[in-house]
Amino acid sequence: MTDTPEMDDSVLRVTDLRTHFPVRSRGVFPKTIGQVKAVDGVSLSVAPGETLGLVGESGCGKSTTGRTVLRLIAPTSGTIELDGTDITTMSAKQLVPLRRKAQMIFQDPYNALNPRHTVGTIIGAPFEVQSVSPPGGVRLAVQELMERVGLNPEHYNRYASEFSGGQRQRIGIARAVALRPKIIVCDEPVSALDVSIQAQIMNLLKDLQDDFGVAYLFVAHDLSVVRQISHRVAVMYLGHIVELAPRDSLYSQPLHPYTHALLSAVPLPDPRAQANREQIRLSGDLPSPINPPSGCVFHTRCFRAEDRCRVEVPELRELLPGHTVTCHFPMFDQQVGTVIRGPQSAATERVAPKARPPSEVIADVVESGGLARATGVDYVTGPDATAPK
Amino acid sequence: MTNASAPFLSVQDLTVTFPTEDGSVQAVDGVSFSVERGKTLAIVGESGSGKSVTAQAIMGLLDRRLSSVSGHAWLDGRDLVAMGDDEVRHERGSRMAMIFQDPMSSLHPFYRIGAQLSEAVLVHQKVSKQAAREQALEMLNRVGIPDPKTRIDSYPHQLSGGMRQRVMIAMALINSPALLIADEPTTALDVTVQAQILELIGNLQQEYDTAVIMITHDLGIVADIADQVAVMYGGRIVEAAAVDDIFYRPQMPYTLGLLASVPRLDQVRVERLDPIPGNPPSPISLPPGCVFQPRCAYSDRVADHACEGIRPELIDIGGGHAVRCHLDGDVRQAIATDVLDALAGSGT
Repeated sequence: MTDTPEMDDSVLRVTDLRTHFPVRSRGVFPKTIGQVKAVDGVSLSVAPGETLGLVGESGCGKSTTGRTVLRLIAPTSGTIELDGTDITTMSAKQLVPLRRKAQMIFQDPYNALNPRHTVGTIIGAPFEVQSVSPPGGVRLAVQELMERVGLNPEHYNRYASEFSGGQRQRIGIARAVALRPKIIVCDEPVSALDVSIQAQIMNLLKDLQDDFGVAYLFVAHDLSVVRQISHRVAVMYLGHIVELAPRDSLYSQPLHPYTHALLSAVPLPDPRAQANREQIRLSGDLPSPINPPSGCVFHTRCFRAEDRCRVEVPELRELLPGHTVTCHFPMFDQQVGTVIRGPQSAATERVAPKARPPSEVIADVVESGGLARATGVDYVTGPDATAPK
Repeated sequence: MTNASAPFLSVQDLTVTFPTEDGSVQAVDGVSFSVERGKTLAIVGESGSGKSVTAQAIMGLLDRRLSSVSGHAWLDGRDLVAMGDDEVRHERGSRMAMIFQDPMSSLHPFYRIGAQLSEAVLVHQKVSKQAAREQALEMLNRVGIPDPKTRIDSYPHQLSGGMRQRVMIAMALINSPALLIADEPTTALDVTVQAQILELIGNLQQEYDTAVIMITHDLGIVADIADQVAVMYGGRIVEAAAVDDIFYRPQMPYTLGLLASVPRLDQVRVERLDPIPGNPPSPISLPPGCVFQPRCAYSDRVADHACEGIRPELIDIGGGHAVRCHLDGDVRQAIATDVLDALAGSGT
């Protein structure tokens, strides 16, 4: 929102990142016969102490993006700047000192920890790898970390396999924050956990951010979890970011049809609200990232698609402050799929003051034919049940 | 045999024990509930709550050498628990069916899906192979597989996750079972696919008048499809009620805790969630009194540390709403009102 290219203090800046995986033919002399375009032109930045949520369905490239920005996967093109340093083409050796600045938390706390290592060894590993000697010694530092993430420091010598899923995730978090990184890539950190534990871990991540000022790139598929933890949210589809916005702006005023569809598909824990909801049902399956659709990648499943979408790649446009979308016919000012509404409209009020006068934005949208697409939308309307069951 | 007033499926005092080296584990402890045809019961719980084992016990999927099941599961007047393995196997697939989180647990990777669907028909119906294949084709069409004539000759690995889930549902429903148990059927799926699958199950349920037991941890799914809800914790049902009562008039502190822990898209975001402290209990060492007591914020409001020592019973508080809690009705109500107000308050 406030960041400009000249005064860039982002801890992470990714420009036009592409990660393609070759598809090889079978046989003795395999030839490359295609490319899986897992990430295809992603640009984003994360400010210090900020959480950027990266949300999308499986296969959209969100995890590959998370891993590529840490150079765990080699990018095909584009640039990755970590704390002002271009790391796109650095060698593994050159990267070692930079690993202090960027860490990762994984989805599966069972596979991410070596069951033959004690908690002390696991959390102490970053100090050893980076040859850091904390004041008071590694053991003390590790025990302080354990205490900080809600583990009993007396369990220093226990093995990772003796802990429950939630506790293991705490171990993984302690290891990630050990060297006070500037950014942590969190890949679905709570999706394998029980509901009551998810909330504990989200609160812990938030507290650590307040304490250490660490930034998160938070990769997840759960829209309610992403809303809880993120300051800004990017929605990915088939290797592209289709919408990127400040949290409240995205959830109260989603502009991309895909974001609408995603939000409307999340079942709400409220039977009456759920019975009265309109759901947008997407047709078909995710297209293959080997052969992505022409024009707008979403047009094959979009209920607003027109001829133009099949041909012309939509440009990134900023339609609300800091709220960008790549769509020819953004759903401006429509209630379909919008989740927060009615008495809870406070969220809408909280959206930052608009930099451009609304009339101008609307004019812009009308000009692009956006509002004209309001009719003929193929979505399923819930039964008009005003009375409870 | 069938009593007009008796529910279609009636589970009474179902208990499942697994003997292990560390002593016997009581995974399910005295669970009772009933489901009518055409209705949906949601069983909600976290890992280790016994919700999946309950389903497996009803379906006769537990190995009798490794577990001991007691109690009753009356399906249309016949007790599934007392039946022999062969008898249960006959019921399974024809009168009752189950779908799982992972479709590959039900699909054989080496056989074409058409062959697997036809087999399900041939085992339970006296029809020709050709007729079975036609039923399979019809069912694939029903569950929304595009181009079923081609897809029927696909292997499971050639289908996407959502498609496989549909094939598994097709296989479960091909003999129009009267009881369908779905164990986290959409947990591995994306939200847009989840919405399609839930709608599909709902449509087929209406068509065949199926009784559905939906096992899930997702309160959104519960609100979406359930008529009745049973909340399980530590192998026991701790609260059971009609869906509106669970969401708008919950009583048990665990249910309140669950409702407070989930981030909600339909309300204004709170800066901090209010999670239940601690971890779910291990089934190997359950607390002697109330299973939820170690994590309960209100057990100090009960006299004489009753929550720690005395096991509370599941008590009907009226209107088919049952609660397992030592708290006085008034105190419990006051707590529930406070928590719900706080939740609603965060939305204004």
